[in-house]
Amino acid sequence: MTVRVRVPTPLRKFTNGADEVNGQGGNVRALVEDLDRQFPGIKERICDETGKVRRFVNVYVNGDDIRFLQNLETSLKEGDAISIVPAIAGGA
Amino acid sequence: MSFVKGLQCRECGQGYPKEPLHVCETCFGPLEIVYDYDGIKKSISREKILSRPKSLWRYRELLPIDGEPQAGLYSGFTPLVRAHRLGEALGVKELYIKDDSVNHPTFSYKDRVVSVAISKAIEFGFDTVSCASTGNLANSVAAHAAKAGLNCYVFIPDGLEQGKIIGSAIYGPRTISIKGNYDDVNRLCSEIADKYGWAFVNVNLRPYYAEGAKTHAFEIAEQLGWKLPRHVVVASAGGTILPKLAKAFKELKQVGLIDGGHCKIYSAQASGCAPIVQALKKGTDLISPVKPNTIASSIAIGNPADGYYVLQAVRESGGWGEAVTDEEILDGIKLLARTEGIFTEPAGGTEVAVARKLIQQGRIPRDESIVISITGNGYKTLEVVARSVEQPFKIQASLASFDELYLQLAQPAQGKALAGEG
Repeated sequence: MTVRVRVPTPLRKFTNGADEVNGQGGNVRALVEDLDRQFPGIKERICDETGKVRRFVNVYVNGDDIRFLQNLETSLKEGDAISIVPAIAGGA
Repeated sequence: MSFVKGLQCRECGQGYPKEPLHVCETCFGPLEIVYDYDGIKKSISREKILSRPKSLWRYRELLPIDGEPQAGLYSGFTPLVRAHRLGEALGVKELYIKDDSVNHPTFSYKDRVVSVAISKAIEFGFDTVSCASTGNLANSVAAHAAKAGLNCYVFIPDGLEQGKIIGSAIYGPRTISIKGNYDDVNRLCSEIADKYGWAFVNVNLRPYYAEGAKTHAFEIAEQLGWKLPRHVVVASAGGTILPKLAKAFKELKQVGLIDGGHCKIYSAQASGCAPIVQALKKGTDLISPVKPNTIASSIAIGNPADGYYVLQAVRESGGWGEAVTDEEILDGIKLLARTEGIFTEPAGGTEVAVARKLIQQGRIPRDESIVISITGNGYKTLEVVARSVEQPFKIQASLASFDELYLQLAQPAQGKALAGEG
């Protein structure tokens, strides 16, 4: 199944500048693997050495933070919109 | 002249030039300003600071601008109030209120960070400024943008208090209200900042913006006669201010403006949105985001960007944190108003209530200097307290009407109510 992934500026050097790419996968973990096949090196920017999403990276599925869902095991369906967003932003 | 050398990732140490950047390309860590502290130490002195106007720019060597300040020339230098009556109510000897509820021009601590961010936006040549906000920041960005003649877009969650909404709109920005909470607004703004070439004060200008928060601490030390308080209680939302207070206290020693001293810092949150205090109590480094549910809308951030650094700063300082219920927050607002004549918003009520709780717990000793940082103004959030204050007595314009009322009011129970217990 194909989903749309929004790519933040710091990762666009991997995607030849594209701000949105397509990816495949039944859950977020599989999607990240697929992105790494398409754009080698992108996985280690998103995940740390233990395989978890990095502290300063937020991943959203259709606007919902995956930490409120099932993290990397969050399942995906055709046409879902995934956003990878740097966590460091905001004030009040 | 500038003492800023560049930017550096707080996590992996990678260096970056002085540009509108906020995230490390390698590890997504936050970028921080790197200063030439040796140069600052040679240049700065108490005399020099004292000779300057009473605004946050009197500490300009420790702020990340290259040229002259372009915004906020009257911001900062808010009163440090010796709080005898509140101190008595809390049973402590030496209590102060650092009162940013009267900050110029928009009555919150945000005028500090925005002064620096807008100055920087002008230096970088931006013509449009923006922010994600729970209200206070939007008010400040809109006001400073108006003064500087910049275009302005502010993004807020829906359901904010009228005072916060109108308090932005009056300055003429485009206000965009997002269906959702602050964390939804923040995510959207990260994406908008990525796409539109605007100066988002708390996104792409964040390293510069956040430095402005240090001035709150510089002023506390100066106003105490160039020494540190032993304890500071401050609210945590996104987590900007608390680590910057810790940094500011360190810098004052580093550049020789104060000789020593140590300040413990305490994080105050609302029980309905306390991801940082929860992590603190669990003893973990991992902050689990929460969905906020509290009257303290200005600090209702469930996924705090700098939460990790709040934990670090609190632990390093030997401080602690507490969370208080909405009811305790309202009591805190009223207690501050009725002992010190200062009307704060729920964030300030949270700070007062948490201070009280920490004192009762014995976490903060009763015989050492304590500062409660009041970061926002109650006149912006009238709806929150409207139902918990006494309504006006309606009478005819005749002396007889008042005489009758006064007799009623003079009854012992009512008299007590007037004195503030009701």
